[in-house]
Parts: sequence; structure tokens; C-alpha cells
Amino acid sequence: MEREILIEPVTRIEGHAKITVILDRDGNVSDARFHVTELRGFEKFCEGRTLWEMPSLTARICGICPVSHILASAKAGDAILAVAIPEAAELLRRLMNLGQLVQSHALSFFYLSAPDLLLGWDADPEGRNVLGLAGKEPELVRAGIRLRAFGQGVIDRLGGKRIHPAWAVPGGVNRPLSKDDRAWMLENIPEAKGTILKTLDLFKSAFDATARSALGEIPTMYMGLVGESGEWEHYSGYLRIVGPEGEIVVDRYDPAGYREVIAEASEEWTYLKFPFYRPLGYPDGVYRVGPLGRVNACDRFGTPLADAELEEFRGKTDRRSGRTIDYHYARLIEILAAIERMERLLSDERILSPHVRAEAGVNRTEGVGVHEAPRGTLFHRYVVDENGLIEEAEFIVSTGHNNLAMNATVREIARSYISEGKVTEGILNRIEGGIRAYDPCLSCSVHAIGQMPLRVDIVGPDGELVRRIVRDSQ
Amino acid sequence: MRESDVITIKIDGRPIATSAGKSVLQVAKENGIRIPTLCHLDGLSDVGVCRLCLVEIGGKLVTSCTTPVADGMEVRTDTEEIRQHRRTVLELIFAEGNHVCAFCPSNGNCELQDLACELGMEEVRVPYSYPRNRIDATHPRFLIDRDRCVLCGRCVRVCAEVEGAHTWDFAERGRSVRVITDLDIDWGDAGSCTDCGKCVEVCPTGAIIRKGAATAEMEKEPELVADLLERRGDV
Repeated sequence: MEREILIEPVTRIEGHAKITVILDRDGNVSDARFHVTELRGFEKFCEGRTLWEMPSLTARICGICPVSHILASAKAGDAILAVAIPEAAELLRRLMNLGQLVQSHALSFFYLSAPDLLLGWDADPEGRNVLGLAGKEPELVRAGIRLRAFGQGVIDRLGGKRIHPAWAVPGGVNRPLSKDDRAWMLENIPEAKGTILKTLDLFKSAFDATARSALGEIPTMYMGLVGESGEWEHYSGYLRIVGPEGEIVVDRYDPAGYREVIAEASEEWTYLKFPFYRPLGYPDGVYRVGPLGRVNACDRFGTPLADAELEEFRGKTDRRSGRTIDYHYARLIEILAAIERMERLLSDERILSPHVRAEAGVNRTEGVGVHEAPRGTLFHRYVVDENGLIEEAEFIVSTGHNNLAMNATVREIARSYISEGKVTEGILNRIEGGIRAYDPCLSCSVHAIGQMPLRVDIVGPDGELVRRIVRDSQ
Repeated sequence: MRESDVITIKIDGRPIATSAGKSVLQVAKENGIRIPTLCHLDGLSDVGVCRLCLVEIGGKLVTSCTTPVADGMEVRTDTEEIRQHRRTVLELIFAEGNHVCAFCPSNGNCELQDLACELGMEEVRVPYSYPRNRIDATHPRFLIDRDRCVLCGRCVRVCAEVEGAHTWDFAERGRSVRVITDLDIDWGDAGSCTDCGKCVEVCPTGAIIRKGAATAEMEKEPELVADLLERRGDV
């Protein structure tokens, strides 16, 4: 008998989603789907708005990573004004992007995923959350909260607000960095660095190579921005795609021309589109972005502590890890790299320059803004009229790139926990954990932390409900 | 002031000696009594279109900006009923446009936003009308976003009364009323416009703004009108 298992909603992710596991007549998994059940519609309602509003307008896509949209939008605006922004403006934008990366990665790891990783997938759901973790590992949780607060503090001191700062504009940013704020950031770096180094040690001791197979392994391509010499990059640079063995597929590619490399497909059962690598077609052109995508795509970080971690990471695993759980590992290494880069940026006197904005009118009618958001490569593309009003807006949001891979991960986990109609205990937690590893930002407006009601429907071939398992909201 | 011109009125029970010919709003202001306003601007003629300066005189609600003081008049400016009416008027203004502060260049420097705070508007109880408007960004330096226009007519009055260009005016009727430039052509093509920018300075919201202003960057100087007139000796 064909059955369907439904997990709804998926918890401790940002947004609303559900999972369906479809069984064949022998009770084995025939397919699994990760459905995103909400529609935002920004591409449509940005039409007719002004270019100068777009950073703040698109920032509202997300409350976790508004900075990512602000920066991608401002960069698309720079391209339309056809200006080279002042040096200090670029340094400051880089600094804010790193602050964003630290706070978002810290949220993902400490608040959303550490309860699974450190308390165990099968720990009592009532305590398997950040509060439960705080009871057992108070030092770690306190340090994690402070680490996130540091990232947010950097954003706040640059933009005047932790969330949705109106700061980056087409042509640069609208206020320089003060000496006091720079001093505050520098003072807080040692603690942040100490926290992430300790957390990395903890992760590595809890997850040896065997334990890291918990969420499965899928061979995919990986995409991320890299700098001139192949180093990890987050703000500018070239698009690089590598294969599962680390072989270069695309390199030194101007990200503004992304449409030659990436296309999007859609399915009727989800609102999230499926970007794919154009030359391989849909659905074969699977690639992954985000922490694991970037770490796998780059040759090195270019900062000493992060490079040492990268060497250890690659030495312990295949050169390009396909393990889904390694998203967490890569995320922690990226926090370290971000803190090292911030330190370097803040030591550069040019960052204090008051010249932070280039003024210009509309000089081109199309512009693309690309950079690395915490969850992966983010693309904003605008077509404007001669007065700067948006005629067409396209966003390829980081989570979208991972859509094919997230579906593959869910399918893989489902297959190892369901056979001949027998559902192994703990499967739901692992499927959710698999999704959480990608840290998807689905609505970018709902922060579902902790317990939400969880429902599993097992549906027969004719749609009749065979079994329903409900976990109540706590 | 001649002895015979002096009249006495009461505002909120307080006796005030003033002179005939002034509006209730003006007298209240001179005596430090706050009445919220939106379409009124010192230096421009009063038209009483926004209805926010409602006060109660002899059991009737009237607009204080267009009501002249009269001897023995008793005015109440701050009763629960008045406050409720002002809130309702404000909610209707919000419901008629598409006022989204989050990405508005006037966020933080907006008279409409300030009024919502001052009057304690916590929700809009009537359905939003979500009008479909087009931004006119054809002028080289300024733009108008009619989503944020509250039809106060300050732009129309400053342009006609102070600049003397009369580029701005109203077109249509009822819910279709909107401000237009010249005979309803694009602002960039409006030959009468002198590009002076006074309409930008007096617009109380983010409707008429400087082109290129990003979110929360638009700061305006509506008091510029009264200053100009004073310097011209034309008060």
C-alpha cells in the first residue's frame, strides 16, 4: 500500500515548511518532498518603486539577514549608477557583512541546532531547545548569545540599528565609522574569537568522522564567491563552482552574468523555486551554497586560524565534504574567519575615512548585486527606467540554491530510517535536523524557535488517513 | 491694538484676550495650546481640508484653522470625543493611501507619522483601499510618490501663493482626487515649474521628495515658508 508521511510544520527553522514522505506499495520510500508553504511576492511588488528605496524595501524580506539584502540591493544600485564606491564604503560594507555572518551563524548554531547536536537527536523534545541546553551547558549558551550579540553590535554601531538599518545606499553608505565604535569592535574581538575556538573544539570532539555521517552524505557541486587567488570571499570576487571531488567546474566567472550559469525551475507543490546549474539541466544540476558551499569552493581562507581549521577539516574528510552535518562544521569555521577578517579591516586606517558615498544619477538601466549572505550566494537583479523606477526585479535568495539538495537530503535520511513500512523512531528529528543543517531562511520573517506543533500524516493510496501522530505545541 | 479690537475668548476654560481677525488655531498657538494640524502651514492660506485641527465650539465640531475668533467664544480643544474624531480622521487618511514607513525616505521625519504617535493611533479600523498609483520621477531633481500623498494641498498653495508658479493643482473628485503638475502632464514636462523645491520642503510626508534620497534620509524644512515671507516683509 502506498503511504504518505507528512511532517508539518518543520520546527526550529526560519519560516514555514512541511515534509512529505511518500512510500511505495512495499513500504519503502519512493520520494520525499520539502514544501515551502508561504509566498512573499517581493519580485512583483517592488515593480514601480524607486531604486533608492530598494535596500530598505528588500531588507524587509528578512529579520535575520536584512543586511544581506541591503548590501545586495545597494550593490545592484551601484551598478545602475555606474559608480565605483569610495574605498571606505567598501570596507564598511564588508565589515557589516561579516557582522551579519557572525550573528546569523551564531543564531543557527547556538539557538537552533546545538540542542540537537549536543543533547542528542533523540533527547526529550521538551528539553531539546536552547533553554534545555542552557540548563546543561550554561557557559556555552551564554558565550553563544554573547557572540551573536557581538555580530549584532557591529551592525548596530555601523547602521544605527541591529535589524533593518537604513545605511547602505546605491553609491556607498550614508555614514562613516566613528573612532569610538571602531574601538568597541576591536575590544570585543578577543572574546568572540575565544568563544568560537572553544566551540570548534567542542564540535570536533563531539563529532568524529563517524558521528558526522548522521545526516547523510550527498555528492553535489558547491558554489561560492572566491577572491583573486581563490581565497574565501564574501563581498565581491568571482563565482566559482566545484564538483564533488573538488574539481573546478566554473571559475573566475563575473557573478553579474549569473544567468548564463544558473537557471530556475518551479514545481507546483512548493513556493520555493529550484535554481540549477544550467549546463546540467534540471534536476541534475544540483549544487550547494552557504557555509559548506563556500568552504568547499575556496582554496583557503587567507587568515591563519581559519586556514589551520580548514586544513584539519579537509584532512579529516574527503577534500570536498558532502556530509550534510558538515554545514555546521563549516559554519563554525566561517565565524572564525569572519572575526579574523573583521580584525584586519578594523586595523586599516582607511576605514575611518568620512568619504563614504558616491553621488550619481541613473547611468545604466540594469544592475546586478551579488554577495555572500550567511546562507549562500545572494543575487539581486534590477531593470529600471531612465528615472530609476524598478521595471523588473529578480532575487535568487540563498536558501533557494539549496532547494534541490535539501530535498535530496530529506530523501536520503528518509530512506535510511524507513524500510518495509517500518518507521524507525527518531526519523522525524533527523529529517528536521537535516533541513536545519542548511539553516534555511524560508519566510525570512518568522522565527520559529522551540517547539511548535508537529503532525505526521500517513496517507494511503486513495488519500485516506491511515495514521496520524501529533506532537503538541509546548 | 486699539481697545475696541480686544476680544476675550475661552480655550479649555482659560480666558484669553486676543484680537479679532485671527483664527482659533492661531490664538491657541500663541497661547501655547497644542492643536494637531496637517494641512495648515504658517505662511500659507488655510483651507481646512485635513480636519485634524477639529475643536468644539458651541457643541459643534469645527476646524480651528478656518474659524475666526469671536468675542465670548468658548472653545474646547481636548475632549475624549475630539480625540476620537481626530484619530478616526487620521485612520481614514492612512487607509486612503499606501503609507509604509519601513522604506520611506521620510521615515523618522514625517508629520503623518508624528501625528499617528501623538494621537495614539494603534490600528486602522477601516479597510485599506490600496490605491494603485504611479511614481512620477520625471523631474530631474525631485519626485512625487502619490502613495504617500495626503492631499493636504500645501504643495499647491506654496507653489501658487509663494513661488507664484502654480504648477501644482488638484484634479478629479472624491476618492479620485490627486495632485497634478500643469495640465496633468509629467512633472518633468511641466513648463511652469521653476525647480525651486518649495513643494518638497512643505510636503508633510514622503510624497514629494528629493530624488536619490534613500530610506529615512529626507529631512524637510516646512518653516522655510514663514521665514521667506518674513524676510520679504510679506507676512
